[in-house]
Amino acid sequence: MATTYRTCPSSGLQFENNAEKLMRWHAVAGVLWLLVGGITALLVILTRWPAIKLLPADEFYLILTAHGIDMIILWILHFEMAVLFFASSTLLRCRLATPKLAWLGFWLMVIGGIVCNVAIFQGGSSVMFTSYVPMQAAPHFYLGIILVAVGALIGTGIFFATLVVAKKDKTYQGSLPLVTFGAMTAAIIATFTILSGAAILIPTFFWSMGWIKEIDAQLYRMVWWGLGHSSQQINVAAHVSIWYLTAAVVFGAKPLSEKVSRFAFLLYILFLQLASAHHLLSDPGMSSEWKVLNTSYFMYFAVMASMIHGFTVPGAIEAAQRKKGYTNGLFEWLRKAPWGNPAFSGMFISLVGFGFLGGISGVVLGTEQINMLMHNTFYVPGHFHTTVVVGTTLAFMSITYILVPTLFRREMILPKLCQIQPYLYGISMSVLGLVMMGAGTLGVSRRHWDMAFSGAPFQYEWPGAAYLMMGLTGVFGVIAVVGGGLWILLVVGSLLFGKKLNGGKVSDKPTPIPLDTTAASATAHTDKDDHVAVPGTVVLALLLLVTFVLYYFVNWKYLSEVWLLS
Amino acid sequence: MSAILPPSNRLWWKQPIDKVEWAWIGIAFVWGMIMFVMMVYWHVFGKQNLSNEVYKTTPEMFAAKAEKFIAENTLRTETDLNGQQVPVVKIPPGGDGFLIARLWNWYPILELEKGQTYKIHLSSMDYLHGFSLQPVNINIEVIPGYEHVVRMTPTKSGTYAIVCNEYCGIGHHTMLGRIYVK
Ligand code: HEM
Ligand SMILES: [Cu+2]
Repeated sequence: MATTYRTCPSSGLQFENNAEKLMRWHAVAGVLWLLVGGITALLVILTRWPAIKLLPADEFYLILTAHGIDMIILWILHFEMAVLFFASSTLLRCRLATPKLAWLGFWLMVIGGIVCNVAIFQGGSSVMFTSYVPMQAAPHFYLGIILVAVGALIGTGIFFATLVVAKKDKTYQGSLPLVTFGAMTAAIIATFTILSGAAILIPTFFWSMGWIKEIDAQLYRMVWWGLGHSSQQINVAAHVSIWYLTAAVVFGAKPLSEKVSRFAFLLYILFLQLASAHHLLSDPGMSSEWKVLNTSYFMYFAVMASMIHGFTVPGAIEAAQRKKGYTNGLFEWLRKAPWGNPAFSGMFISLVGFGFLGGISGVVLGTEQINMLMHNTFYVPGHFHTTVVVGTTLAFMSITYILVPTLFRREMILPKLCQIQPYLYGISMSVLGLVMMGAGTLGVSRRHWDMAFSGAPFQYEWPGAAYLMMGLTGVFGVIAVVGGGLWILLVVGSLLFGKKLNGGKVSDKPTPIPLDTTAASATAHTDKDDHVAVPGTVVLALLLLVTFVLYYFVNWKYLSEVWLLS
Repeated sequence: MSAILPPSNRLWWKQPIDKVEWAWIGIAFVWGMIMFVMMVYWHVFGKQNLSNEVYKTTPEMFAAKAEKFIAENTLRTETDLNGQQVPVVKIPPGGDGFLIARLWNWYPILELEKGQTYKIHLSSMDYLHGFSLQPVNINIEVIPGYEHVVRMTPTKSGTYAIVCNEYCGIGHHTMLGRIYVK
């Protein structure tokens, strides 16, 4: 099939025509879902803000279902498809395998997303994105998700096929680039995830059609979280790859050690997907042995992997900066980093927020006994807004500042606003996560319309601090919505009105990656010369460790003070 | 720009790992093991562990057992805010009590004594529900078809609320129960 290749003059990236179009369409579809998700976020936050309580109960649960589906499934998955095509076709400079099929995948995802949303907004499917049985949604709610999953599975398959094409056409020599390797781990986890999804959603669809009589509620939760949890590992693998990508593009940073970084990605595949247990820690149907084994044995190796990336990504940046001469003290490399470049500032806030807030809260939440203090409280959405929003979403947003000029060939409009957007969004979202966790620590429930319990047979007054936390949730939630809305405005505005940039030379053959690529490679064979110490990163890592250890044991202390349970 | 290019050193897997990185990997590993041991330690020495005693059941079977328990142990009835009569049921110290979760209430009101241990049986008649004891803040998933026997020892007297914190439909926020500890 005839296709063309374009070399972007500013970045040197080479885009194949089919892959380029698909990436653009997936990115645009993702942004549109983020818009819907953002509007629903505003309605959710204004309802949970006790002083406002905007929506009636039925509309609140409907909108919250839409918020979950549109954000965590549709926005994230569409963007990840673009990332997969970028990491394969663009970074390996080869043609995309079977573009026709890739379009089929795209349209399945689009149609599935719309079908699912229609079901939600018709009103009979306010079951939340987890759709726990035996609460039942309309059949097309499940059908829509299944279509999206099939579309995503096709996209994932095309990613693997494109790796094969690159190998066959010899467009690169040696091993895959680290970013592509990371994307590959994401794709492998995605395959597992989507298959678990099929294993649970297809029977559930049959059940909603009346073809199956009953699905065991505990079994559903177990298999569903095989999907739900692993999909978060796709996100982690994807946003860690983007951290490496940003570090490479902005600083020319080299991984400290290819071996260590790749090994850490591999750990994700081996262990993270089995950690779905930590969603079931306060469930009746599993034994303690099963819980302890599955959370710790498997999850802590995955935690170790994230701790490694959390060290090697800033370490790579520090090494690159020190080589450029920013060698004073522990932190000159960081102070002199390009804080006005939104691609970098967004990536760095994503890294720090994910590590300090998302990572630590996640591990504490995933400790078998401590989970009883937080299960289903507002702590849980607080935790995952610091992982999937501060971590993944912000990483996706920040890489877009690089993609708009190279992929869409438009200059970003309003550069001053672009500069502040990552701070506005990243910081407000981090604080939002913290105050949500604060409310959860005081017991406030997630997915709950009225903390005053109007109409209940008894009365219960939450402590004043809980109301304070929920009020702060409202304030910072609204700021976060403004920060997210600003990003959508800037991106869509740039696509429509940004200055058109020169697309660069087009040729009908790919230019393979030259063998001798980096300046560093001249000295790389004598590894010692290449080595730079990274004391600043060591200090940051130790700070993380101390915070982690303290917070972890504080929670055991809280636990020791509640009623005795055995 | 080597993270987006093939490794410049083709034999990257032979490159030695720096001491600092080894140290960090070691720390991460040891910390993971400590966290693992903590959970096991708590099972042996800790006083807050979720019970593993669970039976398969059906809503009918569970309701029948609960009704029998209520009939035998009711102390008095109370009129709730909606004008309904709700039995207040005293569990004999060391004995078994039943708590029904259903759309949208926790039934009945339980009365306990401080320092005594009770076996509280939890199950749902319909959807998933969440047993969230406040202001203690203990949270346990309640699932239809499963009878979960949780041993609890209240440590302070007072009036406690059971919030439902697993979404169960439009009346979810009205699902509030009560436990007295004397
Ligand atoms: C501006 C931004 C956002 C705000 C203010 C916001 C706010 C919230 C709040 C307050 C909840 C909890 C509601 C409750 O449990 O009662 C929630 C739930 C959720 N949010 Fe967000 N959110 C935002 C962006 C996002 C993004 C970007 C994602 C994903 C990428 C996301 C994914 C979710 C998910 C999956 C849930 C769980 C829904 C459920 O419980 O079924 N949110 N959001
Ligand atoms: Cu409920």
